[in-house]
Amino acid sequence: MEKSKLEPKDAALLRPIEKTTGKFWAFIGILLAIWAFGMYGWFNQLGRGLDVTGLNVPVYWGVYITNFVFFIGISHAGTLISAILRLSHAEWRRPITRAAEVITVLVLFFGVGCVLLDLGRPDRALNVLKHPNFRSPLLWDVTSISVYLTASTIYLFLPLIPDIAILRDHYPGRRWFYRLLALGWTGTERQKHILETLIATMAVLVIPIAVSVHTVVSWVFAMTVQPMWHSTIFGPYFVVGAIFSGIAAIIIAMAAIRRVYHLESYLKPIHFNNLGILLLVMALLWFYFTFAEFLTTFYGADPSHMAIFMSKVGGEFSWYFWIMVMACFIVPVVLLGNGRTRGAIWGTVAASVSVEIGMWLERFLIVVPSLSRPRLPLEGVAYSPSWVEWSLLAGFIAMFIFLYAVFTKLFPIISIWEIQEGREHAVVHVTQRVKSYLDTASAPMEPAASGSSD
Amino acid sequence: MARWAMVVDLDRCTACQACVVACQVENNVSPMGVEESDKGRAISWLRLVAFHEGEHGTRPGLRFVPLPCMHCDNPPCTKVCPVQATQIDREGLVAQVYPRCIGCRYCTTACPYTVRQFNWKPPEWPEPMQTGLSPDVSIRPKGVVEKCTFCHHRLQRARDEARAERRELQEGEYLPACVETCPAGALAFGDLDDPRSEVSRLGESPRAFRLMEELGTEPKVIYLSKGEWGGEI
Repeated sequence: MEKSKLEPKDAALLRPIEKTTGKFWAFIGILLAIWAFGMYGWFNQLGRGLDVTGLNVPVYWGVYITNFVFFIGISHAGTLISAILRLSHAEWRRPITRAAEVITVLVLFFGVGCVLLDLGRPDRALNVLKHPNFRSPLLWDVTSISVYLTASTIYLFLPLIPDIAILRDHYPGRRWFYRLLALGWTGTERQKHILETLIATMAVLVIPIAVSVHTVVSWVFAMTVQPMWHSTIFGPYFVVGAIFSGIAAIIIAMAAIRRVYHLESYLKPIHFNNLGILLLVMALLWFYFTFAEFLTTFYGADPSHMAIFMSKVGGEFSWYFWIMVMACFIVPVVLLGNGRTRGAIWGTVAASVSVEIGMWLERFLIVVPSLSRPRLPLEGVAYSPSWVEWSLLAGFIAMFIFLYAVFTKLFPIISIWEIQEGREHAVVHVTQRVKSYLDTASAPMEPAASGSSD
Repeated sequence: MARWAMVVDLDRCTACQACVVACQVENNVSPMGVEESDKGRAISWLRLVAFHEGEHGTRPGLRFVPLPCMHCDNPPCTKVCPVQATQIDREGLVAQVYPRCIGCRYCTTACPYTVRQFNWKPPEWPEPMQTGLSPDVSIRPKGVVEKCTFCHHRLQRARDEARAERRELQEGEYLPACVETCPAGALAFGDLDDPRSEVSRLGESPRAFRLMEELGTEPKVIYLSKGEWGGEI
């Protein structure tokens, strides 16, 4: 029973739910204004169709599909990273996991929304269920994203249950809402055991699902015979890019929460440092994949591939390309490779913002140049996105931040019970674990505590 | 079962574009006007592609190649359609189901020949043309993909007539509008599974080649051209 009680020192974790400042409302107002602008663009498009975009022949896909790949990529933040950290018993994960998991669930809706925006006939979207063609990679997307959305919602909800019970006992006024969601949690040993088993099971399940999602997104491109799309490394390349932009999103979200809700004593520089190291590793991996992809294309020198290669490296897309290289590789490696800038929170945050910009450009550079250079000569017109396309991107980002902010007002954005659990048990568990690594020559070892799942 | 194919004799083609206009009229393709053209959104099911020749200064010039849908035997577009709105039928025609298409434009990006078209706007015709629309071809709404059908409605009509007279469909009774129109006699059309048909005979010619055969799409539009030029596309 004691678990569903709040320790007084953790009162800060409930403060966002209790107090809402004027500044917060002003921020919400700005977000809703941007969102309304996006809605205006959308109504324009509903009336006049894709005529309002800058798309043309042969650039049939543009910013919407770029956003789709980008948002689905960011969704790898939460669930995948949180699952990996849980399974590897990384104790520093405790204040991070929930903030990350919320990103996943919310951003997936926007990813799906981007595809719906891109349809010429959104009114017929349900044809995907009525007349499915399972040979189409788009159907694979529909399948894997639905599974991922379901799994990551469950994975977000399960660790929320004990915290919802705390809220239920804490706020009689909103009792009906929290009682419904707490599912009768009282914190008995049996309940805890079931919850831990379920969380561990979901953590294992969610990893292959997350990997499949971005692999399948890459296959939308790679399964065609189009030059610089038809590549066997696209699956892993997209997954790496997804985790890369996902970690950057977590870092930005954490910095915002820490600053706005004064959670400095929970989200410490060490957390940013550790995620910064992960981000650095992903930056190096991203560069490795990009280099491998471009060198193979260049060396093979197939003319239809080279036309696209040159448009990226030295042609009309070269600005985007070299900014991408700067933003995805040089800036993060410089900032995160240096212990001093990585340890400082501004350093990891600056690197993360840079990575997000770079990864959006990377997705754009995958989608558009391949389409702009068809194999047969075509008197094409250069693609420049219209204001509607930009307004919808802005509206989506604003709506995402809005929903994220609303979540922090309804539920604790840092898992209270996991923090408490860490405080009570982590030191003992970690000590036991470290002892179990030590050689047995000098001292007799206690039985390993490998059975514990926290 | 027939397997319909087209032969384009580039040595006879004068690039007069009569086929392009005939196709436009026959299939109720809306003339989008200069503004849409400038945006790169004009629709044409059959267009002339300009290939640069003699780039190394020997004999510079342009060569025009009429480009309809290739009606591939192994079409990359039908595979990727998420809603089965484009399918290859038993006679090898790649068809588009307009009322089902969701307008995702995956087929247009997957087609290596860039012959699939998208309706960015509702179709419009200037005043006198509205009365001259063909009743045999449905008008496509805004937001769906359309493409060359090898004038499939002409096959239905020819087959109905043959059936009414209780006989088999004869060679030459089913011709797409472009083939029928070509003043230079550069286009031929028929059944590739019939070894005596004109297209089968022309397909055996040493001048015969197909576009991007190396992609394995098995296109059913066969081009004829003398010299080394043909193989270079």
